[in-house]
Amino acid sequence: MGKLQGLLFALATVALVVLATFYFTRTWLPPLKSDRAAIDHAIWLSLVVTGAVFILTNLLLAYFSWRYQDDGQTRAAYWHHNPRLEWAWTLVTALIMCTFLFKALNLWAEVTSPPPADAMLIEVTGQQFAWNVRYPGPDGMLGRTDHLLASQENPIGLDKTDPHAADDVLLLNQLVLPQNRPVRVQIRSMDVIHSFFLPNFRVKQDAVPGMTVQIWFTPKETGDYEIACAEHCGLGHYRMRGQVHVVAADGFDKALADAAGQ
Amino acid sequence: MAHAPEAHAGEAHAHAEEAFIWKYVFSKNHRIIGIQYYITAMVMALVAGLLAMLIRLQLAWPARDWAFLAKIFPMGYDAGGGFGVMRPEFYAMLFTMHGTIMVFFVLSTAPVSGFGNLLIPLQSGARDMAFPFLNGLSYWTFLVGCVVILTSFFVGAGAAAGGWTAYPPLSALKGAVPGSETGQTFWIVGMVFFIAAFTMGGLNFVTTIINLRTKGLSPLRMPMTLWAMFLVAVLGLLAFPALIAACIMLIFDRHFGTSFFLPTGLVLNNAPMLGPDGKFLHQGGSPLLWQHLFWFLGHPEVYILMLPALGFTSDILTNFARKPLFGYKSMVGAMCAIGGLSFIVWGHHMFVSGMNPYLAMAFAVGTILIAVPSAVKVFNWLATLRGARIRFNTPMLWAMGVVSLFISGGLSGVWLAQSAPDIQLHDTMFVAAHFHLIMAGAALFGVFGATSYWFPKMFGRMMNDTLGKAHFWFTFIAYYCTFFPMHYIGIAGHLRRIYDPYQYEFLKPLQPINEFITISALVLGVSQILFFINFFWSAFAGKKAGENPWEANGLEWTTASPPPHGNWPGAIPAVHRWPYEYANPDFPKDHVMQTEPLTAAEQQEKAAEGPSRHEH
Repeated sequence: MGKLQGLLFALATVALVVLATFYFTRTWLPPLKSDRAAIDHAIWLSLVVTGAVFILTNLLLAYFSWRYQDDGQTRAAYWHHNPRLEWAWTLVTALIMCTFLFKALNLWAEVTSPPPADAMLIEVTGQQFAWNVRYPGPDGMLGRTDHLLASQENPIGLDKTDPHAADDVLLLNQLVLPQNRPVRVQIRSMDVIHSFFLPNFRVKQDAVPGMTVQIWFTPKETGDYEIACAEHCGLGHYRMRGQVHVVAADGFDKALADAAGQ
Repeated sequence: MAHAPEAHAGEAHAHAEEAFIWKYVFSKNHRIIGIQYYITAMVMALVAGLLAMLIRLQLAWPARDWAFLAKIFPMGYDAGGGFGVMRPEFYAMLFTMHGTIMVFFVLSTAPVSGFGNLLIPLQSGARDMAFPFLNGLSYWTFLVGCVVILTSFFVGAGAAAGGWTAYPPLSALKGAVPGSETGQTFWIVGMVFFIAAFTMGGLNFVTTIINLRTKGLSPLRMPMTLWAMFLVAVLGLLAFPALIAACIMLIFDRHFGTSFFLPTGLVLNNAPMLGPDGKFLHQGGSPLLWQHLFWFLGHPEVYILMLPALGFTSDILTNFARKPLFGYKSMVGAMCAIGGLSFIVWGHHMFVSGMNPYLAMAFAVGTILIAVPSAVKVFNWLATLRGARIRFNTPMLWAMGVVSLFISGGLSGVWLAQSAPDIQLHDTMFVAAHFHLIMAGAALFGVFGATSYWFPKMFGRMMNDTLGKAHFWFTFIAYYCTFFPMHYIGIAGHLRRIYDPYQYEFLKPLQPINEFITISALVLGVSQILFFINFFWSAFAGKKAGENPWEANGLEWTTASPPPHGNWPGAIPAVHRWPYEYANPDFPKDHVMQTEPLTAAEQQEKAAEGPSRHEH
């Protein structure tokens, strides 16, 4: 009975390694459509390094549980201390982790860096359960908003007396983006916390009431993609969904006008 | 003081028989209180596990008509017109309460309050906990918390539905989600009772371990379980006050018009939330403040769940490997490092919360560093197994399971610790896979291992080994089949906490995997019946256990099973060595009890090495 259990544990562990590795080769992120390839690369590198450790440690676990079973006669090795070995694996692990850290901090600095000067401004305001998207229009300035003015017809409380407000373009659950031009998105919320998630663009940012958070990225390929809400925001959280249309830069103004005219 | 004089353990065992109610119900005995905690946690686990099954049914077949479930849970399903489709608000309630109950009322309670109370006096050589009355009070306070949490399902619009993290404004505005009415108030009150109980327990743990250790039990002779209990008590005492403060502030925001977490300008359902003066009712609060306070507790809390399991694993692994624990000092150091670092990592839950990006960098540093002591623990366990003579009894299988889950769940932490990859993975099922494997899985398997190992000290009997092994295999395989595939769907973008994932085009292809996960989860759930049968049958009719059925070395194995009141009938034994002396070739037996005096040769060796160089 005892022998069988050790063998089973070894087999189960090997099966785990084989199946986990197999399915990791068949699954990946949603297709990348933005300039954030470095995030994919960091995830890939994490997979490779942790995958190697996963395979190695599990194979050891499997081997030991099969190899070192109690035979009822001999004693285990009396071996419980080896400072050199212990320091070695501590330092090697620390070194690997510091490499990860170094890369991770650089990447984070890059992703959260200030947007380029020519980035196009867009405002996205979450509310239960919709995304209000606003473009500044020809004057390049977003009109003033005042939450006291919010109503059924004016969900984000746009102050229509502000001269910059007249040409603002408003969309609901739709985002039109120009290909190959950086966009900076100012993310806000009217009520509870939402999270603006563009799975194909490696973009996710919580929309927090009382705060405006700015992110930027560059769409790289034309096509239609989805916007999701990633933070539980109430009953309709699951259907707080929108569409991203990435269009060629020269057709952008027409595409935006079409979307607004719908 | 108003209460009766404490039945101080030292002399209590000499007293006449107490009435049943004082001995087994309002008990001050650490073993009884530990069992009370444990069984209460089992009941709570049953509830939270059932909620998980309903969550899984919904994720696999969201539009299906569950007529029989609609009869059982009329508030959760649309019963009209022959349809038994789950309501979204019920789904939000399910995942909120599943998380809350599992994290606090099951996986903090069973390993820490349950086994902590059972084992701390036994492993440290004390007659009882330092404050037996406080200990009893702690249990009854905890029970009030359980009752409040369970009652919340039946009040107003149902239980809390803002997630177990209860982020305001969702949890603060009554109109934001139905559970934010009375249910959320009950949630907060239940949590306050829980924290009060946990604090009483923590004080008791720390005091007992510092002051009541028997002669010779120096810190570096303590079993890993005792170290873990000491550390989790310290973590709890330092971290829980932040959550209780946050809970009280949330109560004030909800009921007394303050704005700790509520900013100016809230507009609910297109209507500005105005006060009588025409200005915004709430002014100047910050939703991020709650997140900081919640996770300041929340992250140490993860280790409060896990460290006891890691301690149990070290104790069980060495016993059934019949081999000393490899790298004992580095194991202790690693645990202390994990405990210390756990206070500077909480911001990794907030990389995309809108907090200052510079802050994210600091939290990424702490989070990645915590991988080092965690890896050291795994390497030490593996080294312990090398050259061992392993006996695969039920406790050993669970301990091996913890090692396996700790590897699988720990490695994905390296992905999530890097703030930029976390942008994509945050709030996806990848995170659900990660914490179910490492935190929930390791804690759960640790508890199962500890239960089968220390069962003699709970009830004086052995658990059935065959049934235990069957339970292990069903659970182990079903656990991996349930949670490992969540990595894949998480990478593919599958969100957490989502009532109907197939609203999204990009998630539609994932339904078959979700069905597989759900079937595995159902198998996992049903397999637990084996454990319940084994537990209650063995408690009454299991094979009687002797003092030391596993041929172990610890102090707890030097007294009867179950231990009498006062734990040792005579004098408390003194300790002369560490608890991991297995396979020493200088001794006739393959294990040497902690109470075994040093041999002449050992004394000579010790004198030659100078004082305190070798504790074990």
